[in-house]
Amino acid sequence: MTGYGITLSSPWARALLGLIALAVAVFLIVPVLVIVPLSFSSGSFLSFPPPGFSLRWYQQLFSRSDWMQSAWLSIWIAALVALLATVLGTAASFGLVRARFPGQRLLLAFILSPLIIPGIIVAIAVYFFYARLQLVGSPVAIAVAHTALAVPFVVVNVSASLHGFDKRLEMAAQNLGAGAFDTFRLVILPGIRPGVIAGALFAFITSFDELIVALFIAGPSQVTLPLRMWESMRSSLEPTLAAVSTLAIVASVSLFLCASWLQGRARATGGRIAEEDT
Amino acid sequence: MTARFRYGLLVLPLLAFLLAAYLVPVALMLSNTAGASFDFEPLRQVIASPVAMKVFLFTIRTAIWVTVITLVLAYPLAFFIATARPLTASLLMAVVLIPFWTSILIRSYAWMVLLGRKGVINEFLIWAGLLDQPLKLLNTSFAVYIGMVHVLLPFMILPILASLKGIDGRLVAAAENLGAGPASVFRHIILPLSMPGLLAGTVLVFVLGLGFYITPALLGGPSDMTISMLIAQEVDLYRWDAGAAMAALLLVMTLAALLLFGRFVSLDKILGGAK
Repeated sequence: MTGYGITLSSPWARALLGLIALAVAVFLIVPVLVIVPLSFSSGSFLSFPPPGFSLRWYQQLFSRSDWMQSAWLSIWIAALVALLATVLGTAASFGLVRARFPGQRLLLAFILSPLIIPGIIVAIAVYFFYARLQLVGSPVAIAVAHTALAVPFVVVNVSASLHGFDKRLEMAAQNLGAGAFDTFRLVILPGIRPGVIAGALFAFITSFDELIVALFIAGPSQVTLPLRMWESMRSSLEPTLAAVSTLAIVASVSLFLCASWLQGRARATGGRIAEEDT
Repeated sequence: MTARFRYGLLVLPLLAFLLAAYLVPVALMLSNTAGASFDFEPLRQVIASPVAMKVFLFTIRTAIWVTVITLVLAYPLAFFIATARPLTASLLMAVVLIPFWTSILIRSYAWMVLLGRKGVINEFLIWAGLLDQPLKLLNTSFAVYIGMVHVLLPFMILPILASLKGIDGRLVAAAENLGAGPASVFRHIILPLSMPGLLAGTVLVFVLGLGFYITPALLGGPSDMTISMLIAQEVDLYRWDAGAAMAALLLVMTLAALLLFGRFVSLDKILGGAK
């Protein structure tokens, strides 16, 4: 860091602040980390420290068809959501970044609103609606509802990439005779690809982790992974849960790491072009 | 047709999709609150119901307290990250982001494992000889607060940190050269300049706190019922009109909080990235 960031000159203030920060950091990370050793426990209860090391809960997880079916269902729905949200969200980002029209801010607020509206409101609204149309219990219906929740992440990421994209590249392509579609495919898309992929990953995870909407609109034969975990938490708290949770944490954290690495790259590319301006 | 206008057309597919999959269902649900004869009977019944009002008050009170606790815990950590060396700062960022990236369901499960009667904390305290009998920690309001604060902390830390990182350190140096002590520097320079992030985090955490469902349902006791839980219960009992009326009130509360204080929040900045 070479900038003029703030520093703390008093050593006492620094020590006190460090202690508080450490306590808050421990509070944040311990619950996430505590599950991992439990999932490798050889005991049949969640006792800590675990009596011994074993992979039995992972073995049980992979041999149980109900958990595996739920995992595949969630992956399948999340993939569909990522596809839908990325296509709709990328197109809309172009409109929001490149065009100026009345009501634009309101439209953006509307598109981003699922991030902040309580999940239960969306869940029961969609439930009533699907019940009228007799769509409750269809995996595609779950994916459609999840897409509304996931689209904001695509719009935010792709818009950020588009802001950083050098428009002169586009003009150059058009001057050289490329049509609108070729310009998009050969020039713009490669430039904003990190943002698009980051958006798609966020969309995937949003759907993969979503519980409340699924709670209402999934039928008895469409038990998504979060739904099965929820049911298990409300009844038995079996240690299999620790194994699923560990795998889910590893999966989420790696996908998010990819996404934020891509976000950083998207910004770095934008920055490099901006630097060449000066 | 100008090029600028043509670009605008690209919003239409998403707009059409959101109208059909999101806006129309919510609007139809809200219309349920009017009742069969447009006298807003379901809405009036909810407002007149002491049980429902108790749940509303509990939810608002919980959201306020969670916001206060979150703010008190988040500010020192954000401040420490902003002033730490790069390696320490990245390490602490990972500590903030890994829970942020883990689903609410799994984090609530983690707290069940920690706080349960035979949970990690009780087992440890008994093993250490500090307790004879396990404490009742799970299924209490205390557990709800812990779980909600844990989920919402990153939403407070990230905007505050963004504000603090934007402060020009030369202002602090100038104030110190002019004789200001640490307390004075904090009060007159750092606190006012970090106010935008602080307000953004406060609004965000309060509004998100109003809608909590999973965490209180898993960690709370019978009396820890939030609006979202009550709505779910009404819908499960096929009292759709009552559920819709409560959802309408919750939505109005959320939107009112955002309209009053929303100018402090830019969602795209907070959620666009995790940095």
